[in-house]
Amino acid sequence: MAIQLTINDSVHEFDVEPDMPLLWAIRDIAGLTGTKFGCGKALCGACTVHVDGQPVRSCSYPVSAAAGRRITTIEGLSENGDHPLQQAWRELNVPQCGYCQSGQIMSAAALLERNPNPSRADIDTAMSGNLCRCGTYTRIRAAIERAAEVKS
Amino acid sequence: MSDIRLLSRRDFLRRTGQGTGGLVLALSFAGCSRPAEEPAAASEELAEFTPNVYVNLKSDGVLEIHCHRSEMGQGIRTCLPQVIADEMDAAWDRIVLVQAPGGQQYGDQNTDGSTSIRQQFDLLRNAGASAREMLLLAAAERWQVERSEVTAAEHTVYHEASGRSAGFGELVEDAARQELPAEPTFKSPDNYRYIGESMDLIDGFDMTTGQANYGIDTVLPDMLYASIERPPVFGGTIRSLDDSEARAVAGVVDVVRMPDPTSPPVFNPLGGVAVLATNTWAAQQGRKALKIDWDAGPNAVYDSESYKQAMIETSHTAGSPIFNRGDVDAALDGADRVVEADYYAPHLSQAPMEPPAATARINEDGSCDVWSCTQNPQAVQQTVAGLLGIEQTDVHAHVTLLGGGFGRKSKADFPAEAAWLARETGRSVKVTWTREDDIQQGYLHAVSAQHLQASMDGDGAVTGWLHRTVFPSIGSTFNAETTGPGGFELDLGFVDNPFDIGNMRLETGDAKAHVRIGWLRSVCNIYHAFAVSSFADELAHAAGVDPKDYLLSLIGPPRLIDPTADGASYNNYGQSLEQHPIDTARLSAVVEKAADMASWGRALPEGRGLGIAAHRSFLAYVAAVAEVSVDDAGKLKVEDMWLVIDAGRVINPDRVVAQMEGAGIFGMSLAMHGEITAKGGSIEQNNFDGYPLVRINEAPNSINVHIMDVDAPPGGVGEPGVPPIAPAITNAYFAATGNRVRELPMRKAGLV
Repeated sequence: MAIQLTINDSVHEFDVEPDMPLLWAIRDIAGLTGTKFGCGKALCGACTVHVDGQPVRSCSYPVSAAAGRRITTIEGLSENGDHPLQQAWRELNVPQCGYCQSGQIMSAAALLERNPNPSRADIDTAMSGNLCRCGTYTRIRAAIERAAEVKS
Repeated sequence: MSDIRLLSRRDFLRRTGQGTGGLVLALSFAGCSRPAEEPAAASEELAEFTPNVYVNLKSDGVLEIHCHRSEMGQGIRTCLPQVIADEMDAAWDRIVLVQAPGGQQYGDQNTDGSTSIRQQFDLLRNAGASAREMLLLAAAERWQVERSEVTAAEHTVYHEASGRSAGFGELVEDAARQELPAEPTFKSPDNYRYIGESMDLIDGFDMTTGQANYGIDTVLPDMLYASIERPPVFGGTIRSLDDSEARAVAGVVDVVRMPDPTSPPVFNPLGGVAVLATNTWAAQQGRKALKIDWDAGPNAVYDSESYKQAMIETSHTAGSPIFNRGDVDAALDGADRVVEADYYAPHLSQAPMEPPAATARINEDGSCDVWSCTQNPQAVQQTVAGLLGIEQTDVHAHVTLLGGGFGRKSKADFPAEAAWLARETGRSVKVTWTREDDIQQGYLHAVSAQHLQASMDGDGAVTGWLHRTVFPSIGSTFNAETTGPGGFELDLGFVDNPFDIGNMRLETGDAKAHVRIGWLRSVCNIYHAFAVSSFADELAHAAGVDPKDYLLSLIGPPRLIDPTADGASYNNYGQSLEQHPIDTARLSAVVEKAADMASWGRALPEGRGLGIAAHRSFLAYVAAVAEVSVDDAGKLKVEDMWLVIDAGRVINPDRVVAQMEGAGIFGMSLAMHGEITAKGGSIEQNNFDGYPLVRINEAPNSINVHIMDVDAPPGGVGEPGVPPIAPAITNAYFAATGNRVRELPMRKAGLV
């Protein structure tokens, strides 16, 4: 079935099964591979994108539910990769393998949108759906705090 | 430090005056990225100086450094050019990093065992220093001066006496004519510019903008996406297959039977049935519609509960002695007191965040191109060549970034699957493992039972030490007849016991594997350190001595240990004991430092405890102190950690700190949560709900890392942080509660 999706302000027309998870439409059909596959069951957060500004696990979000909504992926978070979170991530050299970091940054961006000055507990709560096997958590916390400072 | 990728790109664009076509392809290759479909053409007019396979200096001054090791989060793509560029006196912002494919010309490319720096520091120094020497000779020749009169700095050669200078790029053609120096002089460490500096991550920009390309991200024109249903029991085969419903699923293009599994498995495909489709989702849906009747085969007997009991029983009976010092039996018989304990640690899955993924294409000449997130592209060449019956040199094994490896991706089974399917279908094929595949069908870290006995004299000093280790061997993956631990595994925290005890015997017991056994970050050191460091803590409490003081007394006076003196074979991680001794002074020093950082001995509130453990592995010494709190329900929280590493000379201190922070979390996951079990031969867990990892809300408030400043050759960094974490936590749990943890993970006993 034909579905129209707006991803990072570009309109895409897809002919896909309506129950296809948004993740695979983004990766395999739209060709945007910054959003990662990690578990397929909304357990790890690697696939986190924004739908109308809200963070969703795109591996468990049917493409039909995204029709007509505004989808933002890591590629569309900022014009030049200079979102305060992206900058803080680089300043603190947060990534190790880097694979989960798209999802981490998208979850963190949604957090700062609704809570510009999060406490440590707020950060832990908002980010607890995003796994990092390399164990970059203490730097993720610090980077979010730094970005929050910069934004305010 | 600046962002090397950005500067390099900009610089490259400016200097060549091009912005499209071959240039872009060359650059995207440099970024560890997608396959180039057209030949790279940008630099064809540029002269090149390639004194070795790692260095390619262009006449425009751009320095290509070829990274032959895989990046999986340890930072090698940043650290490797640090070493080469430093010895070459190259400018950091003129480097373009190129990820090398598999090839014998690079030497050993297997990125495991924490070897990239510890085994190849001299090789990398040589690559840079010989290039530098040839540039100096070229300049001396051009200016008709003595070689001793010219110097290099920041991509330029100088003749101070005459004030002349020449950029590296200008010297390319002359340098290429110079003779390769047999033994180039290395820099004095006093003159290092990049070695020892915390350079920013080369891939930092790409990793934070979604531009970094991993194994799962490869896209080839007209490719098919595959999902494979593999035998639920290791070694199982297909009795019958009905694929009619699978073929009817929208988007499914083909269904292909995989080759039957081999015995031993090595890195060959596991068998099963592949569904190929126009996208990943359709392939997964088609796979669900397969109807397969399996013959489970002999491994259906595998049951973790009964296997555990059998292993513990084995550990209670005399085993094969492989190390014997003094007379342990006499010490135990005549002791005032004997303490004994059993420890058990389960199978684990590496569970990298990126599941295994590979993409392959068969070319018209029969050669194969395969892109994968592999730790070992040479194993990819070997495995694919064997499976397809072609020459290894006809397998072009491209290396993407790895979304974590931890040992899983040193096995080439997933690139082999992709290559097989590419040949069977005549199309390019990407195979993507699901998380369920990864957890149920991988190469598991071995389950293990450990039995220890110690005799004590009236003063609480240990007079005798008996340790038996039982686990299914990684050797079984390569030799089906293997029934017990192999020597290479006993080197990992067993026969290199650092304790100063006059009577010591180490024995092994058999355990036959029923799943594929493989490496996991720090390997057998995990269960050996858990047992030895826990037992040391138990003995301290039995003796009524502070655990840190007792640990130091067990380690004893400064001395160098050679396990072969007591009958063991010992390989010292492939390096000499002369260069990398087992030095108890260095082990004691990290213990003292970690205790100092944690203010060991301070008064703690009720329900809090400090635990300490120390372990040498991969030629590095690590001590860990954990502070835990335990609530009224007995549930643990790790509050803070202090980790100290002595890895000799380090290349990039920030990456060492990052590896230690990561090891702390990795060690917490296996201490608290991780367990893989089998029933009826099948793995019972299948995703992050059944196999939980530590999440950010469980992470300690702080992980405080100290790197010892030691003038010694580099040791490993990626793995040595892991082994002492679990015992530091369980020892802290004992300090807080008086309850001893002898089985991992703690979750099983409701302690987290």
